[in-house]
Amino acid sequence: MNSLSPGFRGRRRSLAERLPPGQYPTESFPVLSAGPTPRVSTEDWAFTVTTERGDTRTWTWEQMTALPQQGIVQDIHCVTRWSKFDTRWRGVPIDAFLEDVATDAGFAVVSSYGGYTSNMPLEDLLDGRAWIVHSYEGYPLSPEHGGPARLLVPHLYLWKSAKWVRGLRLAIEDEPGFWESIGYHSYGDPWREQRTWGD
Amino acid sequence: MPWRRVRLVERRSQTPSARSLVFAAPGWPGHLPGQHVDVRLTADDGYRAVRSYSLAAPADDESIELGVQTVPGGEVSPYLADDLPLGADVEVRGPLGNWFVWRTEQPEPVLLVAGGSGVVPLAAMIRAHHRTQSRSTFQLLYSVRTPDDVWYRDHLADGDPRHDVRIVYTREGPPAGARAPGRVGRSDLDGPASRLQPASPAYVCGPTGFVEAVGDLLTDMGRDPATIRTERFG
Repeated sequence: MNSLSPGFRGRRRSLAERLPPGQYPTESFPVLSAGPTPRVSTEDWAFTVTTERGDTRTWTWEQMTALPQQGIVQDIHCVTRWSKFDTRWRGVPIDAFLEDVATDAGFAVVSSYGGYTSNMPLEDLLDGRAWIVHSYEGYPLSPEHGGPARLLVPHLYLWKSAKWVRGLRLAIEDEPGFWESIGYHSYGDPWREQRTWGD
Repeated sequence: MPWRRVRLVERRSQTPSARSLVFAAPGWPGHLPGQHVDVRLTADDGYRAVRSYSLAAPADDESIELGVQTVPGGEVSPYLADDLPLGADVEVRGPLGNWFVWRTEQPEPVLLVAGGSGVVPLAAMIRAHHRTQSRSTFQLLYSVRTPDDVWYRDHLADGDPRHDVRIVYTREGPPAGARAPGRVGRSDLDGPASRLQPASPAYVCGPTGFVEAVGDLLTDMGRDPATIRTERFG
């Protein structure tokens, strides 16, 4: 690695370039959840991958935190119009959970403690573009933000990054999740402003 | 979903820092009580800002009512609350949100819990219910800091025998208040909750800390988390 001024990025890209259309930047971290915050202890937490054939593989908290961890710095974009820059997380890329899984699925439905679901193409979860995260800004992820662990898919609107994550079901066909079945866009690309049905 | 131009036709003060804004909205498709809209402002140089505001009333002859709480130093709310001239236009997109809604055909008694300006979407539910023949009852528990912070006094005192409204003061109560000022606790929720059925929905709206606390209380009281719908802000 170059030891001379490592990490220097030069003049920062302007705020406007990092802000998807129709968003505003915020320093705070608003909480948007459809119901009360479920209380999930790390002792009870488990994450299960289910294939389209019904095969399952489960990781306990201990097993998940024993996988290779990554530090993640990403901008996040909520469909309620706020964006937050350079959020810092720690967790495990979804690739690590799918390494040994044989599947022909093109889609995935992520599910949460409390019953929440969200759908997305499987490829959006691969190649280091999505993680199970358990730390935020150096601290254990708080319950209202999805702790003990949530999905993070920062290139899609944040409702896809399911809080209190408990499972990933692989599917041949796309199936709408919680918000996607009551009006929100099936894919949710912030840069194309895919907020609601028909966008 | 299109942006549509709407015209400010009425502004009423609800509290020293809160306003009801009524907009003429030709062609408005209607909405469900509890839904919100995005409001877009455009500056002379083309700069735009968008924020979400809850609809405070059922749709009425192609007009919509929003509730705006001024956020000190905010980019949008102080302008809407005090500077947007009567007769001027803004753009809105909506209605949005199909979860935090009450539908007139829901038969069960309903619990509404509001913190501060979180009362706005719940007021829309109460006003919609008031217009129906529904036999369901509405229990509203409304937490405010002081008597000066109460929105919608007229609508909350609508005389509807199906409505039970209790106001809880957290900092300072009225001189003859029976309850000492303080945050909403279990004892405030026990009465309203006792009139619910197991499948009754609870709608909780307010600042994040308030909604977290009330959600925990209701869950601890044995309410099914799946019946509790929440909307948090701030």
